Amino acid sequence: MTENIQLNSEGKLKHFLSIEGLNKTLLTEILDIADSFIGMNDQQIKKVPLLRGKTIVNLFFENSTRTRTTFELAAKRLSADVLSMSIATSSTSKGESLLDTIRNLEAMFVDMFVVRHAISGAAHFIAQHTAPHISVINAGDGQHAHPTQAMLDMFTIRQVKQDFSNLRVAIIGDILHSRVARSQIQALNTLGAAEVRVIAPKTLLPSHVESLGVNVSHDLTSGLKDIDVIIMLRLQKERMTSALLPSESEYFKCFGLTEAKLKIAKPDAIVMHPGPINRGVEIDSKVADGPQSVILKQVSNGIAIRMAVMAMAMQKQGAVG
Amino acid sequence: MLDINDLLNKLEAELKRVIVERGLVDPLMIGIRTGGVWVAEQLHQRLGIKDDLALLDISFYRDDFSQIGVNPNVKPSQLPQDIKGRDIILVDDVFYTGRTIRAALNEIFDYGRPNQVVLAVLIERDGKQIPLCPDCIGTSIIMDAGQRIKLTGPSPLSIHLQTLDAVA
Repeated sequence: MTENIQLNSEGKLKHFLSIEGLNKTLLTEILDIADSFIGMNDQQIKKVPLLRGKTIVNLFFENSTRTRTTFELAAKRLSADVLSMSIATSSTSKGESLLDTIRNLEAMFVDMFVVRHAISGAAHFIAQHTAPHISVINAGDGQHAHPTQAMLDMFTIRQVKQDFSNLRVAIIGDILHSRVARSQIQALNTLGAAEVRVIAPKTLLPSHVESLGVNVSHDLTSGLKDIDVIIMLRLQKERMTSALLPSESEYFKCFGLTEAKLKIAKPDAIVMHPGPINRGVEIDSKVADGPQSVILKQVSNGIAIRMAVMAMAMQKQGAVG
Repeated sequence: MLDINDLLNKLEAELKRVIVERGLVDPLMIGIRTGGVWVAEQLHQRLGIKDDLALLDISFYRDDFSQIGVNPNVKPSQLPQDIKGRDIILVDDVFYTGRTIRAALNEIFDYGRPNQVVLAVLIERDGKQIPLCPDCIGTSIIMDAGQRIKLTGPSPLSIHLQTLDAVA
């Protein structure tokens, strides 16, 4: 029930809050439509008229340069009017002030909210309480989900590897605090990857992580064997509330991706990172800038994926009969 | 009964005439997906056009997006990066309301400013809704309400007239 909020009565995308609850057909549709938006880069005028006259508000309660700018560019390339707001959260009365903000923006005839918030469930909460014609896109909520990041990663993987069914994918690092990892795992499993492997120290893994449908390894050297896609995660220093690690240098020694460790994976393995990267903490510069890295490709693809999701969520909603 | 070869012969002859008349130089042929591409493939070969056939998918330029949403089968358009100053032959299978052509022209102009555009369609039928018309046609027909033209292809390419059931 709670997940169905993402779909309208015809089963089409209305809100994009989480990968959970979306099937393979719909995820593939997002990837296919994004593919066509990539073709737009050949146009002299990089704009299509799909969302002319629509107003999109980027509500960023948490900072993020890359995500905010790619959402903004995506909206502009769809010809929407876009407004980006960075709002500092007050620690008290969050629920109340959040709804007040939403009501005020609704009064300005807004059609879509793109929401980034430090609290898990914030985008879902807004989707539940906003006016029925408004769509909500989750641009990252707490430790819960970051579905557009996961989809741009799937898009990048498909671009290079074509098919998911034979792929072994390793997600390495701070799984515990990572909304990106959660969304990636759901997307990879829905799209039918052969294996999703998480590699991390025990202190950076959620309890019962196996229940997400992953294999677990605590050793980077043995864990990288037979891997086609390596996804490095950022060590989320700002979310580390207790001493989960001895030191950054110790972490790099055990879990940092170096050229030597990369050689253990398949020779044509690709290296991904959602950014921003901590060079010398989770990834060596030589790997991040090396020939197997697709990190900047991920950034470019972020625009096409966000265009696809916004266009799909803005199609006619609430059709009767 | 509509014969595909008769229509293609007629359209080819018309195009040859218009190419001379309008002075088209090294024209770029663009087919509109899907049926238009099939017709364009035939004409492209018959006219010996030098440049590869360009493909246009107008899904992102349709004027009924708010009613029908994004076409999930959309494919990337394949146009050369620079069409500024080019002479273009735009090809579609059926000219009906004219809305497809409006969308196609909008998309083409986002790739650059062509010198001129000639519109060639296999069949022009009644029902025009905006002030556009083809330059070259294979035939022009008037159809009953509920009738539609169905092109199948790409090989063999054939045309059928379908009568939609009132119930359907």
